[in-house]
Amino acid sequence: MLSTHNLTAFYGDFQALFGIDLEVSAGEIVAIIGANGAGKSTLLKAITGLVPTRSEAVRFMGEAIGGHAAHRILSLGIAMVPEGRRLFPSLTVEENLQLGAYRKRAGPWTLERVYELFPALSEKRRVPSTALSGGQQQMAAIGRALMANPKLLICDEMSLGLAPIVIKSVYDVLPTVVTQGIALLIVEQDVGLAMRVSQRVYCLQEGRVALAGRSRDLGREQVSAAYFGV
Amino acid sequence: MPFLVQRATRASRVGAAVAIPLLVALVTLPWWGESSWMRTFVEFACLLTLAQMWNLLAGYGGVVSIGQQAFLGLGAYALFVLADHAGVNPFLCVPLAGLIAALIALPTSKVVFRLRGGYFAVGSWVVAEVYRLLIANASFLGGGSGKSLAAVRPFSKALRESVTFWMALAAAVSAIGLTYLLLRSRHGLALTAIRDSERAAASQGIDVDATKLWVYLVSAGGCGVAGALYYLNTVRVSPDAAFNVGWTAYVIFIVVIGGIGTIEGPILGTLIFFLLRETLADYGSVYLIVLGAVAVLVMVKFPRGLWGYAQQRFDLRYFPVQRRVRLDAIAGDAPCKFDQVNT
Amino acid sequence: MSGWLDTLIQGVLLGGLYALFAIGLSLIFGVMRLVNIAHGDLIVLAAYLALVVVDTTGLSPLAALAICVPAMFLLGYALQRGLLNFTLGGDILPPLLVTFGLSIIIQNALLQGFSADPRALRLGGFETGSFHLGAGIAVGYFPLLVLGVAVALAFALEMLFARIPLGRAFRATSDDPEAAQLMGVNDRHVYGLAMGIALSIVAVAAVFYGIRTTFAPTDGPDRLLFAFEAVIIGGLGSFWGTLAGGIVLGVAQAVGFRLDPGWGVLTGHLAFLAVLLFRPTGLFPRTR
Repeated sequence: MLSTHNLTAFYGDFQALFGIDLEVSAGEIVAIIGANGAGKSTLLKAITGLVPTRSEAVRFMGEAIGGHAAHRILSLGIAMVPEGRRLFPSLTVEENLQLGAYRKRAGPWTLERVYELFPALSEKRRVPSTALSGGQQQMAAIGRALMANPKLLICDEMSLGLAPIVIKSVYDVLPTVVTQGIALLIVEQDVGLAMRVSQRVYCLQEGRVALAGRSRDLGREQVSAAYFGV
Repeated sequence: MPFLVQRATRASRVGAAVAIPLLVALVTLPWWGESSWMRTFVEFACLLTLAQMWNLLAGYGGVVSIGQQAFLGLGAYALFVLADHAGVNPFLCVPLAGLIAALIALPTSKVVFRLRGGYFAVGSWVVAEVYRLLIANASFLGGGSGKSLAAVRPFSKALRESVTFWMALAAAVSAIGLTYLLLRSRHGLALTAIRDSERAAASQGIDVDATKLWVYLVSAGGCGVAGALYYLNTVRVSPDAAFNVGWTAYVIFIVVIGGIGTIEGPILGTLIFFLLRETLADYGSVYLIVLGAVAVLVMVKFPRGLWGYAQQRFDLRYFPVQRRVRLDAIAGDAPCKFDQVNT
Repeated sequence: MSGWLDTLIQGVLLGGLYALFAIGLSLIFGVMRLVNIAHGDLIVLAAYLALVVVDTTGLSPLAALAICVPAMFLLGYALQRGLLNFTLGGDILPPLLVTFGLSIIIQNALLQGFSADPRALRLGGFETGSFHLGAGIAVGYFPLLVLGVAVALAFALEMLFARIPLGRAFRATSDDPEAAQLMGVNDRHVYGLAMGIALSIVAVAAVFYGIRTTFAPTDGPDRLLFAFEAVIIGGLGSFWGTLAGGIVLGVAQAVGFRLDPGWGVLTGHLAFLAVLLFRPTGLFPRTR
């Protein structure tokens, strides 16, 4: 569904990514791990259109989408749950969810289904999004992305700032989402969690893929070595 | 590893060689030049001083004001009041006018700094209007139609023009010199830091509010001096002229086109302004349309102005305020171009 | 006593016009955090546009709105997408300097095109009609209409922001343009729409302004200052606040004018400064 080909990305003169090749297929959960500064956020920004890259460097559903504007990429079917949630403070919970459907993409996800998935949000629908707890905000951010009826859902560092029990409840929801045929690309700081939740994993180190493989086949020393660039 | 912090560049050494004979020529102008040249130069010097002041405030302090004409007008009226009503020597009034403008800027800042960014810009304009209207409603100051400077009548025209000319030259050179020295000092580093990131600067112990206030006061003082000089030159003032927002319009264009955040920029900009005005003089206000269009274009395409662009492309620095670390101090290799301060 | 009541009423009615000037500015502040120095000059430009339409078609000024409003909408959209969008993005200098440049260009272009003579739009009598409230107080039909339109527009914009998807897009883009893009909002287009709507309102304000008083090419800066003061007095983030701010400004000016004809505008400025000193966030701010 999604593939990157020798993906490079620059911030001005500074090169952040040096030729990333990765793939995500329908119904898969793929994780990206790596230390801070390894290039994980840049990779996501390149895929979602926030950072420019060569057109052919990113292909989605057969189309070359590299360098397209972010809002166009959303309408093609890639939605992101951004790092830090980034809910809109001026909007209520329900309005945040409604905004997710701004492009009116066809699909199974509606407000009612999102409230079914996250009953806690239903009670708080008219509340400003800033009044939610961290876990609820994360759920709202996921719901908002689902409202776009994406084919590929990207989740960026969802565990940041959340208590372990809350992280578990957030990640427990993901298998439901994947059964609709959606593909999931997850960036996760917690390596153990990433390996448990995903089928395949890529480890980035200084802008390159240092290790790639099936999550259950990779050993701890292997991952450590790739992570720290030893 | 031994290193050397180097300031001078080749361009600056060449520039110094050019500036000195130029200054000598200017200082002696009253003896070999015409009256009208001196008057035009006073205008030039006033605009240049205003431009340096606005540049200091906006380009270095990060404070964009559309109301500096307030202090120009206050300086002008301070001259007229002190000279005609208090009998002070009109030439002495010029620096005093600057002082008075700076003093009035102090309470003004309390009100106007309640706003930030673009709101501050328009708010400062409102304040200038308040001063204009207060003076326009004061009949003892000549009200809306203004007044003439009686105090210069005892002096001969030649003497008045020469002294005004020298004072204007001194003001312009001081404005440039002051800005140059300021930026070479650690206060200059503080200003550049504030301009780049207020929060980061504050975390380094820089008192951001106090620094901005100082820059605002200095800028006001400079504008006051320029105002007094300009209207000493014309001998007649009115509120609509002295407090006209057009002053700030000219200054903004000068600084933007010349190069904001550089010392050379305002000089270049003022030259371009005068050139445009002289060549398009027959076409009414067309030169203002051209000026505006050029400013818009420059702001979008060359945000650092013409000098800033040249600086980037050719590494020209006439006034060397940057600090370069040379790691080769002893060995004498080509210098490592590691700009510590990006001005 | 009735003298002061009359002053108050006239001030409120004047405030309706100031609110019309200010609502477009408030919209732009809210969505883009852009301070448009050319706002007042765009009002004057729209007035001259209306004048040209009236002179060439023979329509009444209010009917001319049918042409002026869409024309100004298109101008606003084009201006935003063609120029102003490139100035957005963090630094406060570019939008201020570019709009300042525009202000000077518009004023001088109008001077070249129309000369400095004051012009006016005429309604053929309606603008001077009034009804009497008793005790010698006359309420003009036209100023009342202006106030009514201001109230209606404030209401319409509040509804737009609160209820419809575009309004949500406005608020979201204002909060976090990058995240809004990730949700499929084309921020460049949204900014264009916002400016288009703002200039449509400017067209309405301009026609009412041109009917109520004469206008000349250099009138722009004062309109900007009044609009700005109305927004700040009322408080950022709320169109009802802007309406209230316009009314407060109108009343302040009316009171000042009554005390001395030379003080009208000055009292308005002083009221603005007083709000800055004692209630810097304005009278009815909506905290975000």
